[in-house]
Amino acid sequence: MVASARVRDAGGSAGSTLDVRHVSHAFALEGAPLPVLEDVSFTVEPGQFVALLGPSGCGKSTLLRLVAGLEPPSSGGLVTDGRPIAGPHPSRVVVFQDPTLFPWRTVRANVALGLEAQGLLKTQASRIGEALDLVGLSGFENAYPHQLSGGMAQRVALARALVNEPSLLILDEPLGKLDSLTRLAMQAELVQLWQRARFTALLVTHDVEEALILAERVIVFSERPARIKADIRFDRPYPRHRDDPALIQARREILALLGVPD
Amino acid sequence: MSAVGDDHTGSLTMTAARRPSWRLDTIALIAGLGWIAVGVFTLQWPEEGDFARTPEFGNAAIGFGALLALLSVAAGWSPVIATRLKAVSRWLVVLAVWFGVWEAVTAKYALLPMPFFPPPQAILEVFLDDWRRLGESVWRSFALLGGGYLVGAAVGFITGVAIGWSRAVGYWVHPLLRFVGPLPATAWLPLAFFLFPSSWSASTFLIALATGFPVTVLTWSGIAGVSKAYYDVARTLGASERFLILKVAIPAAMPHVFVGLFMGLGGSFAVLVVAEMLGVKAGLGWYLQWAQGWASYANMYAALAVMALSCSGLITLLFKLRDRLLSWQRGLVQW
Repeated sequence: MVASARVRDAGGSAGSTLDVRHVSHAFALEGAPLPVLEDVSFTVEPGQFVALLGPSGCGKSTLLRLVAGLEPPSSGGLVTDGRPIAGPHPSRVVVFQDPTLFPWRTVRANVALGLEAQGLLKTQASRIGEALDLVGLSGFENAYPHQLSGGMAQRVALARALVNEPSLLILDEPLGKLDSLTRLAMQAELVQLWQRARFTALLVTHDVEEALILAERVIVFSERPARIKADIRFDRPYPRHRDDPALIQARREILALLGVPD
Repeated sequence: MSAVGDDHTGSLTMTAARRPSWRLDTIALIAGLGWIAVGVFTLQWPEEGDFARTPEFGNAAIGFGALLALLSVAAGWSPVIATRLKAVSRWLVVLAVWFGVWEAVTAKYALLPMPFFPPPQAILEVFLDDWRRLGESVWRSFALLGGGYLVGAAVGFITGVAIGWSRAVGYWVHPLLRFVGPLPATAWLPLAFFLFPSSWSASTFLIALATGFPVTVLTWSGIAGVSKAYYDVARTLGASERFLILKVAIPAAMPHVFVGLFMGLGGSFAVLVVAEMLGVKAGLGWYLQWAQGWASYANMYAALAVMALSCSGLITLLFKLRDRLLSWQRGLVQW
């Protein structure tokens, strides 16, 4: 499914570092503050694949919005490559749980969105075809989103992110709504894309197995307000297998941390 | 059991294959004969009155009927003709009956009071003898409507986007819109004719007003209803404010905008006709008023028919434009 295509021609390390420093965040809910993140600190190395795991509704997705720069944190700071995150930037692209493709644009025009917004469409148009190639959707350029299956739509969303050659790819449960077969296939594709392009990846999921198939490091959060409960390194070679005893062992430990009997 | 079933299906297929492919469109043939009958009846039956264009109408009906009969036979060979004919044939039968009855109760037996209910040939007479004035009226109406509608649609669209996007604009414009918007544009008529330098500019203003209100409200609601997720996606991809308005908010709001344009068009027709009847000395509304002054009812029916065709044509045009621009949508209503 993953075609061989160039993602990045610039040399050197592709991924960026991410520093989350004492970040706390609260929503105003009917006047009263609702704390969702409490003193969260961690550092992500360039090119690392980190999974953020926790009970649903605990505030993981909020953390991703802060990293994307869509909202500023109530307190604390976020720094990437030494610069504080002050707003959204195409080097930090988010793939959301819903593909949120623009229904009035063709697949090609959807993927072109980032280049168009940055005024790069004329000079960098060849990247669109490469990105579609990369997610295995060449030939669907002129389809409209309503003609695509859920898996295809999410692939387009992935291509729309990758075309910007992000140094930090933010994945907010991107496979959460796919059927289980498509999901397994796309987990493998994500690993290959990441290995090829070496961006730093931050994945929110509540599927422990998915976290262990994809990530080198799993950060486990508590219930709301989210605090870091555990920070687990999982150094197994890729491609990983679900029946790997180490994976099964790690899965059992994480589930115990989350208070779910295995 | 299964062998019998197979044999049965087999024989069915055989009969279907043997059946000749040529088929007469019976309903279209009936319609054609009906129209010929209308024509013969018009030409041969003695009339209660003196109508100049009876032969033309009779011959046209016979000609049309003969054409239909020919097409009903040709439909056997051409699938294109067959499907087109099938779509309208039942309507053509009903219309033949309608024209026959109309001819009978007016020209032939004078069952309806004469000047008020002219026969078909009297209306045909208007088209044949007064087409110059009628055509001029159509043109003048289109020009007036077009100007007012385009101004109203453009102003309404821009206002709607501005209210939907900016809180400051919303604060100032929303109360005005709520207070003035629901007022029928025709209520401004006496004042507008007094305030504006010409009846043409006054009417343009009123038509623009009638168009602008629904376009503003629906554009606004369209912009306000755009999913926040679209903005999040565009912002993380590096979109500027300008990009968010032009490439996200407006395209996403277009289905609503077209509902507004459709409602505005309906409203503008009403204002156009009233304005032409009361102040403007040209156009189809004026033609209606003028015909009433001369008690020439045939002219009024003719003008009404032209008006119905024009309005329907404009709405069709708008729907065609929408289908082109919003082809990405599923389940569009077919006009």
